[in-house]
Amino acid sequence: MATEPPRAPVPTAVTAPPPAAGAERRRLEVASLSAYYGSAEIVRGVSITFRDREVTAIIGPSGCGKSTLLRCLNRMHETVPTAHVAGSVSLDGRDIYAKGVNAIEVRRHIGMVFQRPTPFPTMSIRDNVAAGLQILGRDKPSRAETDHIVEDALRRTALWDEVSNRLKDSAIGLSGGQQQRLCIARALATRPAVLLLDEPTASLDPISTQKVEELVYELRRDMTVVIVTHNMQQAARVSDRTAFMLMGELVEIAATNTLFTTPSDSRTEAYITGRFG
Amino acid sequence: MVSEAARPVVTTRPDDTGLGARIDGSAIGDSIYRWMTTAFALGIPILLLFIAIEIGAAAWPALKAFGFGFLTSSDWDPPHNIFGAAPAIYGTIVSSFIALLIATPLALGVAIFLSEFAPSWLRQPVAFLVDLLAAIPSVVYGLWGIFVLQPLLRDHVMPLLSAIPLLGQTPLFEGPAYGPSMLSAGLILAIMVLPFISAVSREVLMAVPRSQREAALALGATKWEMISDAVVPYARSGIIGGIILGLGRALGETMAVTMLIGNVHKISASLLAPGYTMASLIANEFAEATGDLHLSALMAVGAVLFVVTLIVNGLARWLVWRVSREGQS
Amino acid sequence: MTDINAPRGPASPPKPAVRTARPSVMQRAAAERTQTTIGRRRVVNVVMVGVTFGAAILATLPLIFILGHLIVAGASSINVDFFTQIPKPPGEAGGGMANAMVGTLVLILAASAFGLPIGIGAGLYLAENRGTHLANAVRFLSDVLNGLPSIVMGIFAWQFLVKPMAKFTALAGGIALGAMMIPLVTRTTEEMIRIVPVSLREAALALGYSRWRTSLVVVLRTALPGIVTGALVAVSRIAGETAPLLFTVLGNQFWSASLREPIAALPLQIFNFAISPYDQQHALAWAGALVLIGIVLIISLAARFATRSRFGLGGD
Repeated sequence: MATEPPRAPVPTAVTAPPPAAGAERRRLEVASLSAYYGSAEIVRGVSITFRDREVTAIIGPSGCGKSTLLRCLNRMHETVPTAHVAGSVSLDGRDIYAKGVNAIEVRRHIGMVFQRPTPFPTMSIRDNVAAGLQILGRDKPSRAETDHIVEDALRRTALWDEVSNRLKDSAIGLSGGQQQRLCIARALATRPAVLLLDEPTASLDPISTQKVEELVYELRRDMTVVIVTHNMQQAARVSDRTAFMLMGELVEIAATNTLFTTPSDSRTEAYITGRFG
Repeated sequence: MVSEAARPVVTTRPDDTGLGARIDGSAIGDSIYRWMTTAFALGIPILLLFIAIEIGAAAWPALKAFGFGFLTSSDWDPPHNIFGAAPAIYGTIVSSFIALLIATPLALGVAIFLSEFAPSWLRQPVAFLVDLLAAIPSVVYGLWGIFVLQPLLRDHVMPLLSAIPLLGQTPLFEGPAYGPSMLSAGLILAIMVLPFISAVSREVLMAVPRSQREAALALGATKWEMISDAVVPYARSGIIGGIILGLGRALGETMAVTMLIGNVHKISASLLAPGYTMASLIANEFAEATGDLHLSALMAVGAVLFVVTLIVNGLARWLVWRVSREGQS
Repeated sequence: MTDINAPRGPASPPKPAVRTARPSVMQRAAAERTQTTIGRRRVVNVVMVGVTFGAAILATLPLIFILGHLIVAGASSINVDFFTQIPKPPGEAGGGMANAMVGTLVLILAASAFGLPIGIGAGLYLAENRGTHLANAVRFLSDVLNGLPSIVMGIFAWQFLVKPMAKFTALAGGIALGAMMIPLVTRTTEEMIRIVPVSLREAALALGYSRWRTSLVVVLRTALPGIVTGALVAVSRIAGETAPLLFTVLGNQFWSASLREPIAALPLQIFNFAISPYDQQHALAWAGALVLIGIVLIISLAARFATRSRFGLGGD
């Protein structure tokens, strides 16, 4: 991180300069992060780095704190009463928990998609995708620009051909899989640097799941993706690196292949061979 | 539609994410929003406090002048500035009691029928019709009471009541039947509170867990035995809450009672005789009250009514709340 | 005694376990039961079905009588004049209640302008601050306000607004009615907002929505059909209220739509005509009552349909 020159803030341009060379670029760094609900410590001193243009999967038995860790990465954790966080999370070297950093600003750069599809029921398909753009105040794109962004986001999620002729219809009319891809499109439309996926296929059928997985695989081309999943096959299919969590602690993180074939920790081995969890 | 080549490609910004670069009004907006909703929420206690203070202050001269005797004295003599609210308090209690006596069994019957016995095609329409009773404005009940119910009671029901052996000879049904009476007021109140009692009872009966019903049925109970042994006891305090809620309505009901009760400052044992209630006393005399003490006495009646309904409603809410909480735990 | 194997309707949510104290009572009852004959118990059952059915019939009879009589007695006086004319002097034939209908409309609008913002705002607060002491206190006091007799609200409005201004005004009546709307609107707003899934709120926050925007643009907007229903129910309740108007708006024999003047109102006019000695005015009272019931029923039905149509929550 220190080797990189500081960069000037770039206005919200529609096209971006080509990515910097070097795939090992660190994007999101978590340092001794602990997360609490009241006095219960759900995440215990986790340090982990998420690299740019990689998909990192977080696996572990239910209740291991993987979703809570994910929710700390864009400051969603603190929206629950009594929830609080210790430690730091840095996006491109800046602590998102530092004083003066606006949580809302953080969430616009670190998008999130949830377990169940959450289209806004009162908005049309188009307005759902554009929802994140409507709040930009004076930076709000024009109608034509918005239409382009919506189309692009829908194309990236392979929804365009399915919904282009009914953009004004309610998003509720879509199937569960389409709704989830719509939510991903909605998150992409604000062009986040990082996308967090919290068990995005948990409520989907196998075919929809496959579509979402293909999409996740594609997304690594230009962003950092963190996916929480209880499904080890899914982690193996979509991720570059996999982290294993147990009882709030990070047990190990390694290249996905390595972790599933030659884990270095016996607890990881026990989990992936199905001896517990 | 722009051609494929000209359409800008949306990618993420791989560079500086510009945290905090743009400070929007969200923090200010959030605190404005928080303050606004808190202020609206505080509006309710403030309004109640205002009501209590305004009425309390206006009632104070009369309460100070007559003390506890205001509640027990039957003299209401505006020209001589003597005020005692006992007849109105008595009439309020008696008319509400008659209303509950008639409405409670009926409302319970309706609630049990709708929640337990009624076939589903009948449930919705009957429930709708009973609920509709609550939608009829008080003044319309009064109108109907004056021109339909009251003549009917005077010409047919009251003579019949007086003619009942023994019961007819008691002071309860003594004296001539004029029409305007405690009985007419109580009867119209019964019709008016019935939908409230039945709606709350229906709700708590339906909240009784299925396991309670099945436990009784598994022991070989008939449906009625299941209801009387398992369902009603379980829902009892909620039903009582509903009845007390109905009582709260009956105590404060104004227009229909004013139109039917006869408005006479006198405590009579006979249900056929006219009387007064606190609400009808205010409605009837407030506009004509000229003396300051008269006005203050009417405010004091309002204050008594306020306190009584507050206690009654608080009790009812507590009972209903207890049942619904048990159902969840 | 468990309900594991019991058939369960699709609508029934998981139920809590049986309380241990109950079965023993019922077992005793069951033991007693075996001593009586099955036949007699069946008869009791059938009789009770009949009794409760009778109660249901009896409870709907007043409604049918009242509506029936309203139509019979009121319809004959309903004509064009009734909707376009103001009342004639006592004893004269003809005339209508047009000014009273306008007055009721003005009062409903004034009451809504006062009661809806406070009710909806308080409902939002209660839904978003559940479990806090203030929220619990406000919820309880809202119930207390709901049980406050309307006549008490009337004398309060007189003391607070009419007496200081030394004038009866439509505004005072509108505020009294609006205050009566508050608890109902608060309650339905809170309930409707609670139905909106938390996931929707989180999705908006995760998109970078601020809290206020999330609450108003996403949550409130989603709950809107239900809140509209609550508002309509509240309006239908106050539209026929008379007691709070007696000492605030006073009534008016002439045209007026001003908030600063006494105003006529349909329920008030019905009351005054009902207790008058003239048959002509009695007939107008019946017609007025029919129109008032019609207005209340239309609003109530509109409220039902507002919920039924387009309550689009969740995708499945």
